[in-house]
Amino acid sequence: MSVWPFEIVARTERSSRMLFVVPVLTVVLTVICATIMFTVTGNDAGTALYSIFVEPFLDAYGISEVLIKASPLIIIAQGLAIGFRARVWNIGAEGQLTIGAIFASLIPIYWVDQPFSLMLPSMIVAAGLGGVAWAAIAALLRTRFNASEIIVTLMLNQIAAQVLLYVINGPLKDPRGFSFPQSVSFPPEALYPLIVEGGLLRVNYSIILTLALSAVAWVFVAHSFSGYRLHVGGVAPAAARYAGFSANRAVWLSLLIGGACAGLAGVGEIAGPIGRLQPILSPGYGFAAIIVAFLGALTPIGIVLAGFFMAVIYVGTDGAVLSAGIPSSAPMVLQGLILVFYLMAYTLVNYQLRRKPGRMRA
Amino acid sequence: MTDIPAQSLLELRGITKRYGAFVANDAINLIINPGEIHAILGENGAGKSTLMKTIYGVHMPDEGQILWKGAEVRMESPGMARALGIGMVFQHFSLFETVTVAENISLTVPAPLADLEEKIRAKGDEFGLQVNPKALVHGLSVGERQRVEIIRSLLQDPALLILDEPTSVLPPSSVEQLFQTLRKLPERGVSILYISHKLDEIRALCHRATVLRMGKVAGTADPRTATSSELARLMIGRDIPHPVHPPSRADGEVRLLVQGLSQQNPDPYGVDLKDVSLEVRAGEIVGIAGVSGNGQSILTRLLSGEEVLSGAQADHIQMLGNPVGHLNAEHRRRIGLAFVPEDRLGRGTAPPMSLSENSLLTAHRSGMVKHGFISRQKRDVFTDTCIETMDVRTRGRHSLASSLSGGNLQKFIVGREMMLSPRVLIVSQPTWGIDVGAAAMVRQKLIDLRDQGTAILVISEELEELFEISDRLVVMFDGKISDPVNSRDTNAEEIGQMMIGHFGATRGEAA
Repeated sequence: MSVWPFEIVARTERSSRMLFVVPVLTVVLTVICATIMFTVTGNDAGTALYSIFVEPFLDAYGISEVLIKASPLIIIAQGLAIGFRARVWNIGAEGQLTIGAIFASLIPIYWVDQPFSLMLPSMIVAAGLGGVAWAAIAALLRTRFNASEIIVTLMLNQIAAQVLLYVINGPLKDPRGFSFPQSVSFPPEALYPLIVEGGLLRVNYSIILTLALSAVAWVFVAHSFSGYRLHVGGVAPAAARYAGFSANRAVWLSLLIGGACAGLAGVGEIAGPIGRLQPILSPGYGFAAIIVAFLGALTPIGIVLAGFFMAVIYVGTDGAVLSAGIPSSAPMVLQGLILVFYLMAYTLVNYQLRRKPGRMRA
Repeated sequence: MTDIPAQSLLELRGITKRYGAFVANDAINLIINPGEIHAILGENGAGKSTLMKTIYGVHMPDEGQILWKGAEVRMESPGMARALGIGMVFQHFSLFETVTVAENISLTVPAPLADLEEKIRAKGDEFGLQVNPKALVHGLSVGERQRVEIIRSLLQDPALLILDEPTSVLPPSSVEQLFQTLRKLPERGVSILYISHKLDEIRALCHRATVLRMGKVAGTADPRTATSSELARLMIGRDIPHPVHPPSRADGEVRLLVQGLSQQNPDPYGVDLKDVSLEVRAGEIVGIAGVSGNGQSILTRLLSGEEVLSGAQADHIQMLGNPVGHLNAEHRRRIGLAFVPEDRLGRGTAPPMSLSENSLLTAHRSGMVKHGFISRQKRDVFTDTCIETMDVRTRGRHSLASSLSGGNLQKFIVGREMMLSPRVLIVSQPTWGIDVGAAAMVRQKLIDLRDQGTAILVISEELEELFEISDRLVVMFDGKISDPVNSRDTNAEEIGQMMIGHFGATRGEAA
């Protein structure tokens, strides 16, 4: 009767091989789809793909840019993934990043004329606290009133953006800035040191902090009992309740870790390439990191790889808009394709496709 | 049956079904004749469900042929099976609770509602399956729901009706009524394939029995003449051990005390608890008998700590002399509680996690976590021990909980909770769906644990089981609990009366 000779069958054990096949399949499908898309929009697909996937690696500047973009993506995604494994859907990283950046900026703005040596570390702490405070609003509303953290964190993004506009047009505006909506430039003590001093390369030590925190995330997820409890709460809420793992605690922990990580990404921007507080702090890192988290299979190591990949897309598509003339919306479309294909391919981790048994009809 | 009809209704030839390397059905041959009640008997994991799914078109066999009325068919879907004339009543009903009986049936039997209601009444009268077609399903008892399922199948004029453990959800008093209905079906040209592991029922009802063991046909028998122990030997390949059950020491301290517990059920269709009192002493097993749906579920949730009472009500539940009603499950476990819930997948275990990871769920306190980090070695040793002592049939500790059969998962959970050496153990449906051999083992282990001084509370629908292991019995009906009786001084009739609400039958407090 049926023409399709395959059936989808649940696996009895998780396929670890598939954890490698899935990202590869995702990338291949995305490239195929992008090729069709660029051809339809009248661009030279070969040039576009070359610009996106090869050019970022051709010189030190490209690699430096990739590292700059990878750092916030990875650190946010590590935080979000811990929550996602517990089925706590924090999609407010963008807002938590913003508030973290505002908190951090208070220190160099207040002490702009008396910089001190521990300025950057204290900014990092402040940024973490800022992100935590913003995420705590969602955690409180969820645990007290059962308000969906998805909606709350999403709306808090908008509020954070307005708060940022207010402070840089008001209390934190540079008094000698000709009324531009931005803060004073931060003193050097408030900036991450560059890895290669004195050149054009903007990459700084925040990437090292990100990688170190990724290692911490790995330990938390793979070896800590707290990480295990969160995971149980995500995959089997009734089992967590049966064992007595508090659901509220899981919500708090997930959101606060996510908020702290997003806050750190915020300080990475203002104490890195930007160097001051300004109206736009992030090209949507908080949202792209959701894709990075899933593309990395919500595992810390996968997220590091996925973060670099997504950073290449950011840097590469920027280049391709100029060199191959692809539409400026292409980067967003590519990110969307990656997520969709990833979710499709991920089915293969828990299910297998196999030929239907039985003899063919006579 | 000596006269074999010229043509069989259904014939299976060499049906084989594999899941990966595991052979669930191995070259099964089976013949069902018109007008026959045919039993499929077997332990859990013997391949009964797999075989039924093959016949009903849920999946296709890897090898072998299916012949329907003598002609080979390729059973591709349940829809096709129904079109040929095969009906199936599953163990877990598929009815929508918020609409009426007739509306539920109209989803599979398209007809104007008024006509359908008339047909439902007619079928009901014909087969003794009284049910009001206009009634909303959520208000029906389990027995009534089962009647709706059977009527739904009969309205499609099946030639073969498959019933999957139909009595597992019924109170004893409803079983005979069901059997009377089923006995009428062959006269009207409907054959029955009756799946069960309850030997007495098969002997009371069926004409022929095919016994499955480890995926193969172990033999056929005439259940009307074969003895229960003959059937059991075919089924498990050896004699069934009976647990040794010496009387308990009656002087143990009170470990679990429930007094005057009333609680509104959060489930709007559930039963509220009404002034429930109960005590379990060290070294005894107390059984709660009763048909499911009389408040057992909310009671176990309150006892386990999955639902907590307010601080003011904490006194209503006490463990080891301390109020615990306000403590969550983890706190109560710290004091020495262990609990086996009736839902294995998703509550007793996390389905997508391995058995090792599932050990950690409640056994983490036994040295598996140090300074917040998991000791994999301790965890794996614990898991291997549990798999071995409970004879859990699995490929190993890395297997996902969701990949185990219900019975094997139950053995794992029971083993895990027992290995915690609890001071109070609460077990809900200890042997639900596990085969007779494994059930006997579980019961013996419960008794052994009792003899080590654990206070054990068992909630079960199976009266025989409760008589076999418990020292004192209470009955739960409509959210109330009877006074306890000594299980050695009572009998099934008395408890059966109490199970339908006649608490007056008790002879007062047992010693």
